[in-house]
Amino acid sequence: MHPRLELRNISKRYPGVVANDDVSLTIQPGEIHAVLGENGAGKSTLMKIIYGAAQADSGEIYCDGKLITAHNPAMSRALGIEMVYQHFALFESVSVVENIALSASSAFDLPSLAENIRELSLRYGMPIDPHRQVHDLSVGERQRVEIVRCLLQAPKLLILDEPTSVLTPQAVVKLFDTLRQLSAEGCSIVYISHKLDEVQELCDTATVLRNGKVTGTARPKETTSLELARMMVGSKLPEMHVSPAAPSERPVLEVRNLSASARDHFGVDLKDVSFNVHGGEIVGLAGVSGNGQAELIALLSGERRHAQGGAIKISGMPAAALRPDERRKLGLAFVPEERLGRGAVPSHTLWENAVLTAHRFGTVRKGLVDRRRASAFAAGIIDRFKVKANGPGATAQSLSGGNLQKFIVGREIALAPKLLLVSQPTWGVDVGASAFIRQTIVDLSRAGTAVFVVSEELDELFEICDQLLVICQGRVSPPLVRASTDREEIGLLMTGRTTSNDQKGSGSVALQD
Amino acid sequence: MELFIAIFTGTVIAATPLIFAALGELVVEKSGVLNLGIEGMMLMGAALAFWAVTAGCSMPVAIIAGALAGAAASLLFGVLALTFLTNQYAAGLALAIFGSGVSAFIGRGFGSDPIEALHGVNIPILSDLPLIGPLLFRFDPLVYLALAMFVVISWFLYRTKAGLILRTIGESPQTSHAIGHPVIRIRYMAVLFGGLMAGLAGAYLSVAYTPLWVENMTAGKGWIALALVVFATWRPLRVLLGAWLFGGMTILQLQGQALGLQVPSELLSALPYLATIVVLVLISRNRQMLALHFPASLAKPFRPAG
Repeated sequence: MHPRLELRNISKRYPGVVANDDVSLTIQPGEIHAVLGENGAGKSTLMKIIYGAAQADSGEIYCDGKLITAHNPAMSRALGIEMVYQHFALFESVSVVENIALSASSAFDLPSLAENIRELSLRYGMPIDPHRQVHDLSVGERQRVEIVRCLLQAPKLLILDEPTSVLTPQAVVKLFDTLRQLSAEGCSIVYISHKLDEVQELCDTATVLRNGKVTGTARPKETTSLELARMMVGSKLPEMHVSPAAPSERPVLEVRNLSASARDHFGVDLKDVSFNVHGGEIVGLAGVSGNGQAELIALLSGERRHAQGGAIKISGMPAAALRPDERRKLGLAFVPEERLGRGAVPSHTLWENAVLTAHRFGTVRKGLVDRRRASAFAAGIIDRFKVKANGPGATAQSLSGGNLQKFIVGREIALAPKLLLVSQPTWGVDVGASAFIRQTIVDLSRAGTAVFVVSEELDELFEICDQLLVICQGRVSPPLVRASTDREEIGLLMTGRTTSNDQKGSGSVALQD
Repeated sequence: MELFIAIFTGTVIAATPLIFAALGELVVEKSGVLNLGIEGMMLMGAALAFWAVTAGCSMPVAIIAGALAGAAASLLFGVLALTFLTNQYAAGLALAIFGSGVSAFIGRGFGSDPIEALHGVNIPILSDLPLIGPLLFRFDPLVYLALAMFVVISWFLYRTKAGLILRTIGESPQTSHAIGHPVIRIRYMAVLFGGLMAGLAGAYLSVAYTPLWVENMTAGKGWIALALVVFATWRPLRVLLGAWLFGGMTILQLQGQALGLQVPSELLSALPYLATIVVLVLISRNRQMLALHFPASLAKPFRPAG
């Protein structure tokens, strides 16, 4: 029997980078095959080549023993290769069934297509209502729509690109059940990830990429995480040092009974949110995206102001009604979720971007920008935080995600804040840079700064936080001490349930996501 | 009763050019393109249709000529905005000014005599019914065409796959392109359709409504059509109702002037414009509904990648 898919000596060069270098791999029918690697290892390029969205410079692709020539996405679909993208290709303003109809080749018959969607989604244990509008769906539900869209084509090979980055732990369990069912029916699955535990739990085989080259193949269930991590990262992994917290007596950030209605249709109302962050400790906020994090961050940073000044206090001062710059004068620093656009102006240089928040630190005098000082300030950040950039004159958009994030975190830390707000500190940042950013945040807090971190990565929160809060539908849970809670408890809170009032026990909880 | 019939039929007739122009623009904007040049396209349509009548063409030929003139003008905009990716606001404004100038140039020799207007229909039995006949069955054919266009456009946008593709291109051309829809070609077709409709609107003004040629005879109706689309939150039925509201106010203020109201006539003439905008602003205040129907990529140039 022929393998479902075979890649032989695939190479792909982009100007300045070799994205894939002599990559070969084989996937059998029904096999769940992991492609592991850090960001920038060449996973996504390889997937595009398999799917036909990019062409290899050299090498051959065989599907069921037949050589594929003149590859493109239409050819893939004809061969039964389907792909679920990391960033969904869904239209928000129309319904699920309309979205699926747009890419279906069948006749435009919405009622019967809706019936197919309903039936198929139930069969694979991920029910979706075909008539709901996409903008009403959670990220997890949107992913189901993408998967069902692929399944309607009865695929022989399904490619999933980092599918769990937006899911709750319970939703991941569900997804894995679906994938196992598919594989039992003979569908091969290519599972792209950088999360070792997931790959070990789900996948039969793994191909590990580093810098575009295959550094090893493994049976993940029989390989230790350490071995897999070595293949991925190459050198020894940096180790985190988290010393015990010594919280200050008085909280630096106090939030008292903060309620706010959403600003638009797609937002979430905040309901009676209260918590404290003391100097010297890190408080993390966990939750599935779209549960009020964006609203809370906007209110804390001052992007949105609140009439009740006392609902947010910074160092004891009522701050909820203050503008962002006034809050910064109280010692606030802020690393927003979007690097390009909120954290930095993409087309401006690094030193100009540094001036944006560091204008009180000698870079602006009497209303005039002191270029030399601003440059020196930016150069200092680049140096201290090991940012790979072409000097302070490089534009923000020319940096890779990880390096720009290091620069922005560095800029905010250089302001010596009393309170640091960080949203998604390591989103889309590779393992090495992530570890560096996390260590920097921990070091800052141990030097006395109060740190509030919003993240969707539970691992990250467990690694660095002293206390954890969980947000669900605009409500924030009481604080949980990191050392005495676990992923399961947090996961339940993320879906709006508590372990105490859950009668059936955690195993049988019906989950929304 | 005579007065009621006069007001009702007058309203429907005054609304007809707006229905054409605004529904056409609705389709254009739903595809994510903003063509501000309706006024110019209407004037081109008006001038060409009028010229065709004076040159001896039959009414249908003249009206088709007007529509084609509008479409030709919109093609100019399409090339600028879709092929050369110029700023759509600038290209649209340029078209509005260009159309006004060209139409004035074409119309230099027209003189100021009216032509014989497009006749109302005469349907056996129906048109002769008391009350209902004059109310509903004696309009000129273009009035019925405008209503038919409303039905066809609503059906197209919300019941056909092509309409769905058009709407989703208006939301995210990048995603549409990734799925494999020909974004630029579909936007061209939408722009041409909008031009056709604006040309029809202009032709209606010069051969049925007035029916004579005056420079800049559209008197801002192209801009009202634009406002209608926005304030109707991109929904066909609201466009229709808004157009009727405008038509109604136009006729009422004319009646008011005829009755000799002690209000300056300039103020009365401004009333329909004012009232339409006020009412439409009031109904479009629901921001959630606005967000749902707003074509998110409106006026953003799109260049297909790769």
